[in-house]
Amino acid sequence: MRMVVPLLEVRNLQRFFPIRKGLLRRIVGQVRAVDDISFHINKGETLSLVGESGCGKTTTARCILRALKPTSGEVLFQTAEGEVVDTAELPKAALKPFRHQMQMIFQDPFSSLNPRMTVFDIVAEPLLASGVKSREQRRRRVEELLELVRLRPEFMQRFPHAFSGGQRQRIGIARALALNPSLIVADEPVSALDVSVQAQILNLMLDLQDELGLTYLFVAHDLSVVKHISDRVAVMYVGKIVEIAETKTLFKAPKHPYTEALLSAVPKPDPRRRSERIVLQGEVADPAHPPSGCYFHPRCAHAIDRCKTETPSLEEIQPGQFVSCHRAREISLNGVEAQGNGMTIG
Amino acid sequence: MRKAKSPAAADNGIDEALVTSAAEERVSVATQWQLMWWRFRKHRLAMISGVVILAFYLVAIFADFLAYADPQSTEAFRSLIAPQPIHFFDEGRFSPHVFALIGKRDPRTFKRVYEPDPEQKVPLRFFAEGYEYKFLGIFRTNRHLIGVDGGNAEELIFLLGTDQLGRDLWSRLMIACRLSLTIGLAGVTLSLVLGVLLGGISGLYGGAIDTLIQRVIEILRSIPTIPLWMGLAAAMPRDWGVVQVYFAITVILSLIGWTDLARVVRGRFLALREEDFVLAAELAGVSQMRIILRHMAPSFLSHIIAATTLALPNMIISETALSFLGLGLRPPAVSWGVLLQDAQNIQTVALSPWLLSAALPVVVVILAFNFLGDGLRDAADPYG
Amino acid sequence: MADQIARANGQPPMLTVEGLKTYFFTDEGTVRAVDGASFEVQAGKTVGIVGESGCGKSVTALSILRIVERPGRIVAGQILLRRPNAKAPVDLALLEAEGAEIRAIRGGEIALVFQEPMTSFSPHYTIGNQIVETIQLHQDVGKEEARNRTIELLRMVGIPNPERRIDEYPFELSGGLRQRMMIAMALSCNPKILIADEPTTALDVTTQAQILDLLRDIQQRTQMSVIIITHDMGVIAEMTDDVIVMYLGRVVESGPVDEIFHQPKHPYTQALLRSIPSIFAEPRTKLPTIAGSIPHPHNRPTGCPFHPRCAEAMPGICDRHEPRLRPISEAHFASCFLYHEPEAAPPS
Repeated sequence: MRMVVPLLEVRNLQRFFPIRKGLLRRIVGQVRAVDDISFHINKGETLSLVGESGCGKTTTARCILRALKPTSGEVLFQTAEGEVVDTAELPKAALKPFRHQMQMIFQDPFSSLNPRMTVFDIVAEPLLASGVKSREQRRRRVEELLELVRLRPEFMQRFPHAFSGGQRQRIGIARALALNPSLIVADEPVSALDVSVQAQILNLMLDLQDELGLTYLFVAHDLSVVKHISDRVAVMYVGKIVEIAETKTLFKAPKHPYTEALLSAVPKPDPRRRSERIVLQGEVADPAHPPSGCYFHPRCAHAIDRCKTETPSLEEIQPGQFVSCHRAREISLNGVEAQGNGMTIG
Repeated sequence: MRKAKSPAAADNGIDEALVTSAAEERVSVATQWQLMWWRFRKHRLAMISGVVILAFYLVAIFADFLAYADPQSTEAFRSLIAPQPIHFFDEGRFSPHVFALIGKRDPRTFKRVYEPDPEQKVPLRFFAEGYEYKFLGIFRTNRHLIGVDGGNAEELIFLLGTDQLGRDLWSRLMIACRLSLTIGLAGVTLSLVLGVLLGGISGLYGGAIDTLIQRVIEILRSIPTIPLWMGLAAAMPRDWGVVQVYFAITVILSLIGWTDLARVVRGRFLALREEDFVLAAELAGVSQMRIILRHMAPSFLSHIIAATTLALPNMIISETALSFLGLGLRPPAVSWGVLLQDAQNIQTVALSPWLLSAALPVVVVILAFNFLGDGLRDAADPYG
Repeated sequence: MADQIARANGQPPMLTVEGLKTYFFTDEGTVRAVDGASFEVQAGKTVGIVGESGCGKSVTALSILRIVERPGRIVAGQILLRRPNAKAPVDLALLEAEGAEIRAIRGGEIALVFQEPMTSFSPHYTIGNQIVETIQLHQDVGKEEARNRTIELLRMVGIPNPERRIDEYPFELSGGLRQRMMIAMALSCNPKILIADEPTTALDVTTQAQILDLLRDIQQRTQMSVIIITHDMGVIAEMTDDVIVMYLGRVVESGPVDEIFHQPKHPYTQALLRSIPSIFAEPRTKLPTIAGSIPHPHNRPTGCPFHPRCAEAMPGICDRHEPRLRPISEAHFASCFLYHEPEAAPPS
């Protein structure tokens, strides 16, 4: 049973990066990396942010963790004590008491572990920072954490270079779990791994969620991975959320033409399904100079004149499905049916 | 070769057969410094160079012991003696000796010429008595590695010959090691401290401070060194000794010389600030100080060591070059550059080529430092 | 394999790789990056080489083009290329690596498309210049004609405004356009074989779809052979006719794409197909996994390289004997002791 209490609510989040030029570094423009997005994540669920490079999904994740300060908007987080705080506004010092409740899993298992520290030192560092003074206590906790991520505790005196990519990713997960966080932000956690190892990490994340009641914000570009892990999915395009819905609904019956194109573009691992794909024309818009109206209209097969002038807003088309498209109610789009693994092994 | 699985792993079949041969195990738990050492060891030339440099610094420490003649004692009758060979055996017995020299004046050229007299053998004694000196500046002694009975080695042994004023070149070379190898150290150390500090601040804080430091660096780098050196040499107080003046100038120059290192350190800081593991530490609530000390500093410490090793030969070269030009150390100080000053004119080079012998240690030390620096730089980032 | 070459389908293959071994001799030991790979490429067909990191798929491509960098070198095997006007095929493995003959073949008859198009172009010259230069290097044409042909090529790979784009520098283009340029350059000398090494890995999904479409379109138009090297089973399923599955330098299975996906024989292929996340899956379902991870190339297991991770490994057989690639059906091969008996004496 999952309780429906938003653990995190993001309201009108914006993050712009100034473009500077010349000797005096004058600001000549802005990259609207995240441009007015709102969503929430319920306790115990997984929300995925998907989109192509430059769509602002990673910036959103970093704003939530306050690794970046949002330009404007609210990030309301429910702390373990039951308070709701706006982490977008608080000064860094005031964040400290509950910062450990949000942790991150990184994309690159190589650069996310300090090569000069042992596994023990890496996983125990958050404990040390939160004031666990006794080394024995830390050692016991690290053992526990390593077992939790299915690594052998005997290896904790080793350095990261002794481990494979998948194992390093587990070490990173153990570190993220050290302080019992409620929210885990996972930024492309499996995209740097070999295919045969991806499944191990995804399964581990699903298990840990069940065991520890974790809430995930899962940032990814790979829709197949997203389908395996998410309860709900938000699709981003050029700094905006274009569609957000339950995983099943979004994959089966997308309402935004971009979602449809994304789904259709994924190469299907079955030669019998070589289908007619929707191939989008042109390129992803430049977030420094986005097009007028709906950012997607220059590439959209369904665009009408209104799309060129009027920016659509995120509207609830049916319960739980929010779409930012003027024509969401009129057009009919194709998704993908869930059909097991689509393969017969024989 | 699979090890037994732990219970947690068994049900998932996930935990791997981590290879655990003894060698693998050793690498798995090797620290950064061990990995660096293993990599450095493979660098033959750098290893040899390291030993050579060590030997040179030992010479600097034991310079007076290795010398046998007072480097300052002059004698017109011993002017420009050619190097003298050592004979190790006397009638089949090990008994190192040199032949005594008989000085004459050539009746036609009026030049002093020296002829060895095979009849007069001067036996060499080990740990013999000679001129008195203070060993390591602590206690007085007059023991030297080699000498002659009676303690007047100045008059009898000339292993590398003598200069115009009759001073023994071998002994002067030994003594010169001391100044040449050490006088720049203070400057390099100061550059190091300034470079790390200012580069670190620049990279860490960024913004206006960074811009300011970067502009200062650009201005400092545009100052030409030789005219500055000449100006400074003239501006030093007159009552300072030559070594004092030179030391002061190197210190002042190091105030300019920190810029290279500062740029390196700043660059490393900027790169490290973006590393995921630094962000992870920040998110875990690790303090800024600990992030710098634990996560950032170790990863460029090795680079700094390599950079310093490559800066040291510069300091030796500039001492030699400036002294040669008469801008650096001057007699009565004894350094390699000062020794080479004697070899400035073609006449001495043609007639007394042994005066050039000071060039050899310069070349050897510079090469050794460069090879060592290269080796260290290659080994510096064992994760690269 | 001799029996593989004797495949009875009329035309002899364009390219036959036979027992290819490419080793890297490093300080830490010998890495057997490709350890006995055999396969063939038919004219006008698309072959996919699929595998995970360290399986040797890229080194295989580099070996074919003879651009393996030191300390690596081909230690055994044949790479037979059938040339249009020659009676006997030429063995690329025997050619001098920097010789005129291989350089004429490289970029002429066999062209390569890399994963990262940015690094394949010099940043100092316009893209047009670089393609014109390639054309003039391999064909006897004037500058004007080469330029016109370049514009034609750019149009063919779907670059808008080719007359203007030809004079742009690589950094002025997006990743997708750069990859199109790269393909245009590869096509500039009408190659018989195009090797695409992870051609879409650095690209976004929608751009990937565009590039895959382009490759398929061009392949149909020019009837050249294409070798696609990728770790993405989706790309393989969408694009190829024949598939070669590699693991730790060995070909573990090869065959027609439909059989590989629907009747995989080798336990590795089966497990790999089961473990890949699929867009058709039910949300929040766990995937079957392959135990362990790929061994470090210095610690290659004895016997069948996959046996420590294999669910069907037979103790005493798979860890002691090396399986051979054997036919399962006419065009389907697998290297597994489930399908053939080990030879009497274990290899020393």
